[in-house]
Amino acid sequence: MTAIRRFLPGWLSSYAVLYLLFLYLPVIFLPIFSINTAATPKFPLSGVTLHWYEDLPRTPALIDATWNSLIVGVSAAILSTVLGILAARSITRYRYPGRRPINGLIMAPLVLPEVIVAISMLLVMLQLGLSLSLFTVVLGHVLVCIPYSMTVLTSGFEGFDRSLEEASADLGESAFGTFRRVTLPMVAPAIISSLLVCFTISLDEFIIAFFLTGTEATLPIYIWGQLRFAAKLPGVLALGTLLLFASFLLMTVAEILRRRAARRTQNEGGLYA
Amino acid sequence: MTAAAEGSPPLRVAGSRRSPLLQSEAAQGFALISPTFVYALILLVLPILVVIAHSFWTQNYLTIDHTFTLENYRIALTEPIYRDLLWRSLYISLTVSLLTVALAYPIAYFISFHGGRHKSLWLFLITIPFWTSYLLRVMSWKVILGYNGVLNSGLMGLGIIQEPSDALLYNSTAVIITLTHAWATFAILPIFVSLEKVDRTLVEAATDLGDGPLRSFLRVTLPLSAPGVISAALIVMIPTVGDYVTPKLVGGKDGVMIANAIQAQFGKASNWPLGAALSVTTMIIVSLMAGATVLVFRALQRLAR
Repeated sequence: MTAIRRFLPGWLSSYAVLYLLFLYLPVIFLPIFSINTAATPKFPLSGVTLHWYEDLPRTPALIDATWNSLIVGVSAAILSTVLGILAARSITRYRYPGRRPINGLIMAPLVLPEVIVAISMLLVMLQLGLSLSLFTVVLGHVLVCIPYSMTVLTSGFEGFDRSLEEASADLGESAFGTFRRVTLPMVAPAIISSLLVCFTISLDEFIIAFFLTGTEATLPIYIWGQLRFAAKLPGVLALGTLLLFASFLLMTVAEILRRRAARRTQNEGGLYA
Repeated sequence: MTAAAEGSPPLRVAGSRRSPLLQSEAAQGFALISPTFVYALILLVLPILVVIAHSFWTQNYLTIDHTFTLENYRIALTEPIYRDLLWRSLYISLTVSLLTVALAYPIAYFISFHGGRHKSLWLFLITIPFWTSYLLRVMSWKVILGYNGVLNSGLMGLGIIQEPSDALLYNSTAVIITLTHAWATFAILPIFVSLEKVDRTLVEAATDLGDGPLRSFLRVTLPLSAPGVISAALIVMIPTVGDYVTPKLVGGKDGVMIANAIQAQFGKASNWPLGAALSVTTMIIVSLMAGATVLVFRALQRLAR
């Protein structure tokens, strides 16, 4: 028995390492082949070059797609965080009938097949006579970002000590003053974390943008279009590598901020809860 | 919420000039959530209702005939091509969700029971790949499994195979591998959360009462973590049934799924009502399958005790 007990954690930790390899290995091939001189991604590498990266800024369609992605990402992040703040505050601060079903509806896009969400929105937008553009993409991205924003913000708002606000009001601070000088500093890290998470999701999101955009491409749509041409693969890999690092960086900062927010309100959970 | 906090609002209402209704907890909370709620109503509930309505109509070249018909559902359920796609999608999403959960459980268990001080670092490491673009992750599998891909060139380099195999890419196995990788994080987190809630003293009690590690795991830890396992399975199953990118990029002819057919109806084929009926059918069938999965897991959970 003791043998099993000693053996088990050892077996488990080697499984954990293998699992991490399984998670990371596929992703690592993108940067590796993006510096390969040959266009076909196979081992051994035929030589190391940065010229796929150097070509990127010289592609006008790519520059446009980058701008489009930035515009969509920033708008979607701001809108979904504002809507997320209202909802998360309401869920954590108040109790009322219908709270759980409403929360469930707001979180639903997280578990629905994206294609179905995308085509339903497409149908309504066409019925309403909205012409497809970056604006319709933003509307779609906000819907799928809100659940993530809610998760981050709820973990920042929960355990928020209401007596601090009450103390501020009792000491003569106005409602706005209390918000600006007591509430905001406590929740600011969670809000910034939500902005970063939503921006990253929007930057990487493909399906909804694919259905809801008109002629303007975002970065994932640009990549999708390039995938048809085998010769364009290294450029796509280089672009993908840059996007990968951008997501990685943004999410690391977001997670650090979320933890700081959770520590401030002495609460754990968030993305993992 | 404490009794004191619940008692305080009426006190303030008395001193306020505003109507008691607006000042009440419920009204304030509801007012605060309503913008987000209305957004979800307009961009999620209304669209789904519109899709359901369309599924009962008929496409008449460029216009839509609004007379009620079940013809689209007849086509969706009886035409061999859609029936096959639907079955394949269900088979793939069921396999992927079971596989993902089975692979994820040990790692969630490891982090929860043996993670020690590094618990949050482990969780962070596991979530990171999930935050990278889904499209890029699928693309990297295409690079790995392709005819000239990493796996083929690697196997040839090792002398295991003589010429590249085309059996790796463009079939449903490639779709299953890619989806299992893509949804791993989604399965780990719910299982981890439910394992964290398992009362460690119960495991100790089982050990003290003479259960070995395996028996105490099977009779205490596993049944208690069942809610996490069930939600992990559902979180993977429902979205994967409608996956579009993976079958399109690595599925080839044998890996096409229902979402590709739905997209075609809204694109080239331009038959919105049929596309709508296919979407509704998919949602209903995957919900039934999810319900059945929950029942099976619950039955297993009872058996384990």
